[in-house]
Amino acid sequence: MSEHSGHIVPSKLNWLIWAILMVATYLTYRVAQIDLGLFNTIVALVIATTKATLVVLIFMQVKYTSEKMTKAVLIFAVCWLILLLFLSLTDYSSRYAG
Amino acid sequence: MSDSPLVAEHAEHQARPELRHHFADEEQQRNAASLGMWWFLGTEIMFFGGMFCAYLIYRIKYFPEFAAASRSLNLQIGALNTAVLICSSLTVAQAVRAAQMGKRMLQVKLLLATLFFGLVFLGVKAFEWHDKYTEHHIPTFDFNAKNLMRENQKLFGLDKLQNDLSKALELQRREADIQQRSQIFFSLYFALTGMHAIHMIVGVGIFSVITWMAWKGRFTPEYHTPLEIAGLYWHFVDIVWIYLFPLLYLIDRRPGA
Repeated sequence: MSEHSGHIVPSKLNWLIWAILMVATYLTYRVAQIDLGLFNTIVALVIATTKATLVVLIFMQVKYTSEKMTKAVLIFAVCWLILLLFLSLTDYSSRYAG
Repeated sequence: MSDSPLVAEHAEHQARPELRHHFADEEQQRNAASLGMWWFLGTEIMFFGGMFCAYLIYRIKYFPEFAAASRSLNLQIGALNTAVLICSSLTVAQAVRAAQMGKRMLQVKLLLATLFFGLVFLGVKAFEWHDKYTEHHIPTFDFNAKNLMRENQKLFGLDKLQNDLSKALELQRREADIQQRSQIFFSLYFALTGMHAIHMIVGVGIFSVITWMAWKGRFTPEYHTPLEIAGLYWHFVDIVWIYLFPLLYLIDRRPGA
């Protein structure tokens, strides 16, 4: 009964995720100073989303949890956020200027 | 009497003191607690989402002002603070691991490191806010966008207006616009970083209690739910900053743009 302590993430994996997050931060910092036109913002957001995904899956252990509802809550929350941003943008981008 | 289900349940409960009666087993109990935290984090996503939405709309509408104001933030310090928070997330993840393996002192050390990183982040943030104060970049409080105009003449198209005397009125209007619109960036900057900092302060408070509980040996490999769900909160606050860094500091850092 006493081994119900959840999945133990290997120390090496935690450190690896940390290293990836640090390198990704440095990468964001450097890439922002190179002229990629529109892609500057896209690259920055792709890196940020990759970092967030790693934190959610490994540090927050969503990858290992036996509770399926956790993933459902997370996915729905993100969908609501996208809905909020997307619908607000369709509204504001289609208004008359001024 | 001795074989009644109630007595049997009572005996089992004493053998597993951390298991509440209404849960079938420890795993279900832990999952319920963690799911509750995830529901809360769902509401937090919507809470920050509203501010991100306002940011997105105004960033598109007033892009030159947002780009100029973003450039006035300290890029190195922002990147450093991102790294500090990532380190704090690692120490939280490792503290959960230490609890799962029943290493008390390691837990305490890692949690103290987490508190240290959290306080470093807040200290650096206070230093940054003080910079905004000396630069007159706090909205409504003696706000002045003159230095933004001076450093971003090409971006704002001010150079062309200044060289043409017949466009003096247009220049005046443009400068008034910049003064107003850049305040919207800084309002959002302070709302977002301020709400994030309040979350950090709450996090430091929670982790002070968690550290004390770990010191008292309250977490065992079987039961360390408070540490685990406090960790979820901490990682969430880290993720908010992971997005705030590029969105606030890196709007347009291209050289010569």
